[in-house]
Amino acid sequence: MKDLILQKLTAFAPESVRGHEDFHGDLTVIVRKEDIARVGQFLKTDPDLTFDMVIDVLGVDMYRPDDRFEVVYILYSLRNRAYLRLKVRVDEQDLTVPSVTGVWPGANWPERETFDMFGLKFTGHPDLRRLYMPEEFEYYPLRKDFPTMGIPDSLPLPRR
Amino acid sequence: MAVRTTDDVTRKSRILTALEDQDTAVVFDDPLENDMVLNMGPQHPATHGVLRLLIRLDGETVVAAVPELGYLHRGYEKIAEASTYHEFIPHTDRLDYLSPISNNVAYVLAIEKLAGIEIPERAAYIRVLVCEMARIASHLVAVGSMAMDVGALTVLLWTFREREKILDIYDVLCGARFTTSFARIGGLQQDWTPQCTAMLRRFLEEFDGDLAEVENLLKTNRIFIDRCENVGTISRENLIGLGITGPILRASGVPRDLRRDIPYLVYDKLDFEVITLTESDSLARFYVRIGEMKQSARILRQALGMLPGGPFHADDPKHVLPRKERTYTRMEELIHDFMLINIGIDPPVGEIYSAVESSKGELGFYIVSDGTGHPWRMKIRSPSANNLSALPLLLKGAMISDIVAIIGSIDPVMGEADK
Repeated sequence: MKDLILQKLTAFAPESVRGHEDFHGDLTVIVRKEDIARVGQFLKTDPDLTFDMVIDVLGVDMYRPDDRFEVVYILYSLRNRAYLRLKVRVDEQDLTVPSVTGVWPGANWPERETFDMFGLKFTGHPDLRRLYMPEEFEYYPLRKDFPTMGIPDSLPLPRR
Repeated sequence: MAVRTTDDVTRKSRILTALEDQDTAVVFDDPLENDMVLNMGPQHPATHGVLRLLIRLDGETVVAAVPELGYLHRGYEKIAEASTYHEFIPHTDRLDYLSPISNNVAYVLAIEKLAGIEIPERAAYIRVLVCEMARIASHLVAVGSMAMDVGALTVLLWTFREREKILDIYDVLCGARFTTSFARIGGLQQDWTPQCTAMLRRFLEEFDGDLAEVENLLKTNRIFIDRCENVGTISRENLIGLGITGPILRASGVPRDLRRDIPYLVYDKLDFEVITLTESDSLARFYVRIGEMKQSARILRQALGMLPGGPFHADDPKHVLPRKERTYTRMEELIHDFMLINIGIDPPVGEIYSAVESSKGELGFYIVSDGTGHPWRMKIRSPSANNLSALPLLLKGAMISDIVAIIGSIDPVMGEADK
């Protein structure tokens, strides 16, 4: 299955696939950021692969000079009963990522959560609002430079 | 129209003029031509916690609905980055607080996959036992509270009576009824005892009859069926596209169950059916949960019979916490305990995703390890949040009284949805 995925993906878009990782039996394909929706559409519609469910979309702050953020897409194929992870790298200078809500509508809320927690802007998302934090919150709490204790007075509390 | 007497006018001047003078008075020419925005929650008994819904109504029909989350957001993913892998186990209790013990197991399974720890067979069987007990306990609340939402209070009392018996077994097993923190990396906190076996056997003997009693309250109950049948219908394609898992997906005819599809623990050795129905309405979700409870009881009977002897945690001192009585009496165990608590288990650098089929759906943990004792990033894939994302589609076109029946059939737990 893994060989088939890699073979099909490199045949479909050799310039989009930036590499892959295989750790403890989980396959992760690293995809160029601009092509994520196109690659997703291919993985969903290809008759042999049929990754028809998006289980989760999540961000990771790697806290490094280049390509600081990663966005990971966890996909599942009902027919093949297999998982696949896609990963795109996002530089701090350009925080936009193409949205995959057009491919999998289920990416809507996970992308909102990633925007909420990391400030990554998903272009083409129908309703990019914060999911958990209040609307007026100014920070992105899961970034590594946000302190675990929080920032005093960043959330308005009712006065006594 | 009757002629007004002076008395009437004076009475009106006392009560109504005060109201009519308010500048908040609104006059509708035709109330049915106006949309009305209704705010439901976050403090509402039918939202199962602190879910807030903004609903736009046309008469009694829902035109649009926007769920609003975050009222129980405690930042567990941030807390996880600041605590060691062991320290986070008690926090997993607070995710899906109706089946805390299966969250513990889901979490430690992810760590064990990351660190490459093999657990002994007895530990795997005990985990299956507690997970299936948790599934029954959670589905009992789901069934009971859904029935309560549509007006049948008795069912909730009867299902809680059954749930108490399971919580009593937890009490004997690990000393806690609710926030269990039972699983440990590489094993369990306590061994399964013969007393637990006896209690579970007694529970299983009575359970089929007791569940049939609950079912009989509802299956010929005209009010319940009228309020749930063909309510909250959604197509299979929409559910798959939205990434919905668990009983909601299975009630639309998709037989996705990770216990069978990607077996973990010892589920591949156990014989059970994946319950599916095709109606995809609130009533079908109710019957899927009833069927799953029967299957869980079946799994419990098999697992009790197959429960092997042997150790209940792995012999791996660099990863598994030593038993407390040995920590206090032996030097080597004391050193290991100190290192594991203060520094952590140091899994290899890499990232994994591990998921189990919890009572609500797919509960997954995505962990990025940088080789230290703390996770660099931990993402909790909570089934409740994903299932709630179907609410706008489910509620569109429904009647206002159906909202509670639909939310009840989703069975969200906000502790898990808000993390």
